[in-house]
Amino acid sequence: MNREALIEGWQEYRRSPVAVVALVVVVAIALLALLAPWIAPQDPYDQSALDLMDARLEPGSVGSGEYVHLLGTDNAGRDLLSAILYGLRLSLSIAVTAGVVALVVGTAIGLSAAYYGGWFGAVAMRIVDLQLSLPAILLALVLVAMLGQGVPQLMAALVAAQYAYFARTAFGAASAERRKDYVEAALSTPLSGARVLWRHLLPNTLPPLIVVVTVQIATAISLEATLSFLGLGLPITRPSLGLLIANGFQFMLSGRYWISVYPGIALMVTVLAINLVGDQLRQVINPRRRR
Amino acid sequence: MSAPPALELRGLRTEFPGRGGVVRAVDGVSFRMERGRILGLVGESGSGKSVTGFSIMGLVEPPGRVVGGQVLLEGQDISGLPQPAMRLLRGARVAMVFQDPLMTLNPVLRIGTQMAAAVRAHDRVSRQAALSRARDALAIVGIPSPAERLQAYPHQLSGGMRQRVAIATALLHRPAAIIADEPTTALDVSIQGQILAEVRRLADETGTAFLWITHDLAVVSSLADDVCVMYAGRVVERGPAARVIATPRHPYTGALIGSVPSGHEPGARLPQLAAGAPPRGADGGPDPGCSFHTRCPRAQPDCALPPPDIDFGAGQSALCHHPLETPA
Amino acid sequence: MTGFLLGRLAQAVLVMLVMSVLVFLGVYAIGNPIDVLIDPAATQAMRAAIIRQYGLDLPLWQQYGHFLGNILHGDFGNSFVFRIPVLSLILSRLPATLELTVLALLIAAVLGVPLGIWAGYRPEARSSRAIMAFSTLGFSVPTFWIGLLLILFFSVELRWLPSGGRGPVGPLGLSIWTPEGWSYLLLPALNLSLFKLGLLVRLVRAGTEEVMGSEHVRFARAQGLPESQVVGLHVLKNIGIPIVTVFGLEFGSTLAFAVVTETVFNWPGMGKLVIESITSLDRPVMVAYLILVVLLFVVINLFVELTYGFLDPRVRAR
Repeated sequence: MNREALIEGWQEYRRSPVAVVALVVVVAIALLALLAPWIAPQDPYDQSALDLMDARLEPGSVGSGEYVHLLGTDNAGRDLLSAILYGLRLSLSIAVTAGVVALVVGTAIGLSAAYYGGWFGAVAMRIVDLQLSLPAILLALVLVAMLGQGVPQLMAALVAAQYAYFARTAFGAASAERRKDYVEAALSTPLSGARVLWRHLLPNTLPPLIVVVTVQIATAISLEATLSFLGLGLPITRPSLGLLIANGFQFMLSGRYWISVYPGIALMVTVLAINLVGDQLRQVINPRRRR
Repeated sequence: MSAPPALELRGLRTEFPGRGGVVRAVDGVSFRMERGRILGLVGESGSGKSVTGFSIMGLVEPPGRVVGGQVLLEGQDISGLPQPAMRLLRGARVAMVFQDPLMTLNPVLRIGTQMAAAVRAHDRVSRQAALSRARDALAIVGIPSPAERLQAYPHQLSGGMRQRVAIATALLHRPAAIIADEPTTALDVSIQGQILAEVRRLADETGTAFLWITHDLAVVSSLADDVCVMYAGRVVERGPAARVIATPRHPYTGALIGSVPSGHEPGARLPQLAAGAPPRGADGGPDPGCSFHTRCPRAQPDCALPPPDIDFGAGQSALCHHPLETPA
Repeated sequence: MTGFLLGRLAQAVLVMLVMSVLVFLGVYAIGNPIDVLIDPAATQAMRAAIIRQYGLDLPLWQQYGHFLGNILHGDFGNSFVFRIPVLSLILSRLPATLELTVLALLIAAVLGVPLGIWAGYRPEARSSRAIMAFSTLGFSVPTFWIGLLLILFFSVELRWLPSGGRGPVGPLGLSIWTPEGWSYLLLPALNLSLFKLGLLVRLVRAGTEEVMGSEHVRFARAQGLPESQVVGLHVLKNIGIPIVTVFGLEFGSTLAFAVVTETVFNWPGMGKLVIESITSLDRPVMVAYLILVVLLFVVINLFVELTYGFLDPRVRAR
């Protein structure tokens, strides 16, 4: 991808003000998550720092730490703002890592299926299609149930549930390119096949994959939050956004809304902003939809 | 006074707003089509001939729109009619046939369903009655066993058959005029010949006037009574088809005929039309001068001025400062 | 056509077999169900008896053989927790999940198709943009969170509808016979429908936009077809295929997503049951649930492919 293409892409992207705002939000959230240990008033994972006397304080009240809990505290006495920042950090790092691993694994499978074709390609893509027809939540449920709880297990479940989207996309783009004359010509020369794969097939699959990776990261955040909410995700000592919401749920009916609502808003804004960015990227990359 | 012409255009202008200003795709086009006559509208792609057709139908894609001139359908001015009134005319008194029959017929609907919908768009008849009219129309355009064809889906017919279906659909309400936008371009030459013969017969028998839009002068010479040659949104030469082709007066017409292989020695190189785009005026609109002068082999300095409309007799005229004098 | 059908059937059976192996192996790896089953104070002899009773001492492949044989006879074993046959346990929860899922899909379809057609028919209109923003929201925001918001708004704030549970059950095990039943059903169904609604609106809009820009719509207009016919005949028929596909495929995924909604709204369906079975390591229930859901998927996929042929004459010819 060269400089002009990037500039042109940005010009196209910029045409939607909503998408620009969404991009700013995504960057801001990423920064907050990255800097959480430095900006959060408290380390929410440090059990010894938690005081049950501080549990379920209203937003704006002052706890035993003698600072203002801007968003209140949860039922374990955590400062909610800190918990949300750390939760974002956890959710984002899990989703991004899972997304990147799924991208690499899926692209490798899709590209080799397109490159080698034959029975290998057919079987590989048949499996991918089969997996695509099963909802991600179901696969993740099975895998989490199989592997148990914890960050690595959760990531494995996310990768397994998501790689198929990348494989399908990479296969589609690469096999369309594979049929073009210049690739056939390149393959008939003594140039190594790896070179053709690397120089011709991979670059052509990148634009659609960028869109998929954006959307899949948003999906992964949602999925992780959902699994944690169902009590199948992360351990309770390291609350991600989903678990924070789940923990606050029981207090919601008694009017202590903030324990669930603030983490929920953080989750909603994050997922929505990433999806909006992905939407606009799709517009930029898919020339058919340009006006 | 005799009956008004089936279709008459007076100074029709259609514009498309674009990034670099307004593009005037149709720039003051006028012509008359009498009953049962076939008028060939010839030009390169981008000359505005298709937009002329869509402008008559009131089907210019937004943001393009007709900005001036009159469209007289059997003497009634239909330009500027609101869409609901226009819809009642479309298909009933003026119909259109498109280039690619594979694209125009809906692949997931039976021929009969589509034709019956066209019948019932204007006449309150039962589905049965509509189907029987569709069957008759298929028979008129020379489709064998029309009743069976009604049950078929478009992909089950050949390209030529599909275009006959489109023509039959256009004929359902016996319109005064049919606009045919390159309807035989996608077909084999032999099929094309059959359809042209069929259209000639239909024009003679039904009295429907055809506006035959094409880039192919060979089609015009074998089919049309009259011809209008369009360049950059203007009619640059008009007249009886045989006469214009035998003795072209506008250098553009001459170049178009020159680029048709049949009139040349075997083995001789085909003369090429010089490359170039029509000039644009300062406001982004059309240049007031002759639009062809940037490509014209005979261009003189005065070609930048508005060209005169010179009458060569026998109905032939051309917009040119320096017309071809003797037949090439 | 018959060959096509047989091929598809064989494929479906193969998929079921593979899935049964995977599910069996996967679920077997969860952990030791004996710990759940047996009182820690039980004697060695009691332990051994229970292990034998559930066949947990046999080699893995024999356990699978038994398992497969039993499944084919409709015997999924007994729940470790509820101590009753799994199949009847799951089937007793089925009506609750079915009414929830079907109602959710109906809401999605009844709202999604017209909204999507409108948004595709007038893509530049303000209302269309609002519809699209709403649809992005609908499938971006996690279902469980929307569920919580619905409870917060309609149950806690407005006090219009109950916050969870299920109303009185009538014939066929359904709760749709009384207004009270509906009051419990409404919020969960709405919650479950929103994701599908967002998806359907996008799909229908994309389809409509494509058809509206096509030459056959132009030709139809050139014939003077009224706009109602252009949309009703050309657009509906052309987008019928994607809609049926999504409906078929999404039925299965809605069933799976009911897991979340049922947990949020404490709705006593299959989804809530499977979550409980995962946390309590109730292996037979998990296995049976997964097998049944996959079976449902395969059957629906088969059905959708057949419907394709019905709707698109070009597929039928193949």
